[in-house]
Amino acid sequence: MAELWEGYALPTIIIVAQIMAIVGPLLIAVAYLTLAERKVIGAMQLRKGPNVVGPFGLLQPFADAVKLMMKETIMPSGANRIVFIMAPMLTFILSLVAWAVIPFGEGLVVSDINVGILYLFAISSLGVYGVIMAGWASNSKYPFIGALRSAAQMVSYEVSMGLVIITVLMCVGSLNLSDIVMAQKGDYGLLNWYAFPLLPMFVIFFISILAETNRSPFDLPEGESEIVAGFMVEYSSMSFALFFLGEYANMILMSAMAAILFMGGWLPPFDIAPFNWIPGPIWFSLKIAFVLFCFLWVRATFPRFRYDQLMRLGWKVFLPFTLFWVLLTAGVLVGFDLLPAAH
Amino acid sequence: MIIQALVFYVFAAVTIAAGLMVITARNPVHSVLFLILAFFNAAGLFVLMGAEFLAMILVVVYVGAVAVLFLFVVMMLDINVEKARQGFKKYLFIGGAIGLVLLVELVLILSSVVSTDVSVVASVPIPAIDDVHNTRALGQVLYTKYVYLFEASGMILLVAMIGAIVLTLRKREGVRRQVIADQVNRSREEAVEIKKVSSGSGI
Amino acid sequence: MKGDLRNSHCVDCIGEMGLDGMLAEYLPILIFLGIAVGLAIVMMMASVIMAKQHPDSEKISSYECGFEAFDDARGRFDVRFYLVAILFIIFDLEVAFLFPWAVSLSDVGLFGFWSMVIFLVILTIGFAYEWKKGALEWE
Repeated sequence: MAELWEGYALPTIIIVAQIMAIVGPLLIAVAYLTLAERKVIGAMQLRKGPNVVGPFGLLQPFADAVKLMMKETIMPSGANRIVFIMAPMLTFILSLVAWAVIPFGEGLVVSDINVGILYLFAISSLGVYGVIMAGWASNSKYPFIGALRSAAQMVSYEVSMGLVIITVLMCVGSLNLSDIVMAQKGDYGLLNWYAFPLLPMFVIFFISILAETNRSPFDLPEGESEIVAGFMVEYSSMSFALFFLGEYANMILMSAMAAILFMGGWLPPFDIAPFNWIPGPIWFSLKIAFVLFCFLWVRATFPRFRYDQLMRLGWKVFLPFTLFWVLLTAGVLVGFDLLPAAH
Repeated sequence: MIIQALVFYVFAAVTIAAGLMVITARNPVHSVLFLILAFFNAAGLFVLMGAEFLAMILVVVYVGAVAVLFLFVVMMLDINVEKARQGFKKYLFIGGAIGLVLLVELVLILSSVVSTDVSVVASVPIPAIDDVHNTRALGQVLYTKYVYLFEASGMILLVAMIGAIVLTLRKREGVRRQVIADQVNRSREEAVEIKKVSSGSGI
Repeated sequence: MKGDLRNSHCVDCIGEMGLDGMLAEYLPILIFLGIAVGLAIVMMMASVIMAKQHPDSEKISSYECGFEAFDDARGRFDVRFYLVAILFIIFDLEVAFLFPWAVSLSDVGLFGFWSMVIFLVILTIGFAYEWKKGALEWE
């Protein structure tokens, strides 16, 4: 009995506790990201944003959640029931499971797999399923058009995202996320982060994650003024809320990816006294918050792209440029003998 | 070991069940979704064997790209299931023949009748997972020892790319495209004309 | 390699469960998947149980800006979407080939570098072809 407890139950409980310690704060972060979005955009447009529910509108996300919870779940008459219900659940589940490999600090990771970055790449390439399934299962025209647009857009930017990841990997020599962060540790603090030597790649990565998460200015799949809400038109209540949660959790995930690949993950910007007193997870959260702020900033600043321009940017600008940069980086690393030592 | 065995049997059973559902499901979209489930479980089996990289690539390439295309085709073409089933008897013979050939090949390989090399290759020690993880081990041989096969796969991709374009690309007439170079090269002279209008006389 | 980075206590426990080091890292992902699926189902069911459900034929008809929907929405669509999907598969495979190359570049040396350059040149020929043919243009 004691062996069963020591060998099976205890480790399982520890893992479940670790997972809960990620999922709980993540869902709260998603809730407050929606509030932050409305507040930041409000401030940029000289409005106040939500300020009625609770002090400074801080309880607004919970009011929204309760409202969505109490709404009727509508199942359209022509819909394929199983696929219709599966689509939002899939989006939500994918945006959660990706967090299993994200390191929040040195050793603070649920599962430190060797191919961490590939796992994240795989999960993000599955995001397109939620969209296509929703668009098809709804059996309605706007969702169908939105899903097609979204699928083509997501796959187009996936390629340049992959190539950007390759450039970083060449500098690290490992697919493990903790290794990627530790490779950015050096004497020059912030200047060792890959955001500086690989600045063009960082910019392309940021724009690609905007497109991957269907954010403005690439929000054509759900462009309200053209196709109402794209693939989400027929969804209501909690099925809509799951899409919503999934998309925002995905935004946070992509920001975390940007922080790990280019901004030194949990590392402090300078490895000297006042900075390295602050624990790693806090630095990591601050970096994620910074990238998320840029998401909102972009949304408040830029108008929506036209579809042909969007495809042109992905295939004719980003793809050749990242491919060139991969070769350039490889050439420099091989030519000047700067390749990372074997891990 | 018990958990590993348990997980293996769950993955294997779901893979086979999903595979059966792929060919028996009435709705082609459901078939593709079951195919995706089968891919996932196959990835799980790869992980159990220690082939992490292959597992992830299976998900990235097959689930993330190939199955998306399948789904596109079956969802958007709106295939008439009844019509597709009519040809079933006609293709039964040829399909059965292909299946038989594949089965024979599999049996030959498994019993290594074809060549004894198979057992030799299988007995070559694979580097322990903790020494060199398998992405790196793969890279060490793929670009040096198997360079011809690697370049050949590049050629296959090239052929696939050209083939896809030749087969699917249709030029539509009368579409006005944006030519950015033309827009940028436009000079003030060809775009603006200044007319002197004497005041008070109207146009 | 990176044992110092791991949460050593937990990994040891699972090690006793009969999984070796690497597989132990994947078990949490499986559990995570289970929890995520459970959470999604619970949230879905909670709303269905708590909220009033009064479907009527107008409410559940598909949305078309107030019009009656006049046909099935699953029609044919532009072949260009297939082309994008096919090209994506090819470039995705290219990226898949680059992953092991990126991490083993220090082992394969100059020879491996040039073999990849040739591979990329072959694919760039295809890329130039599709650019020239106008396959990348959206209309």
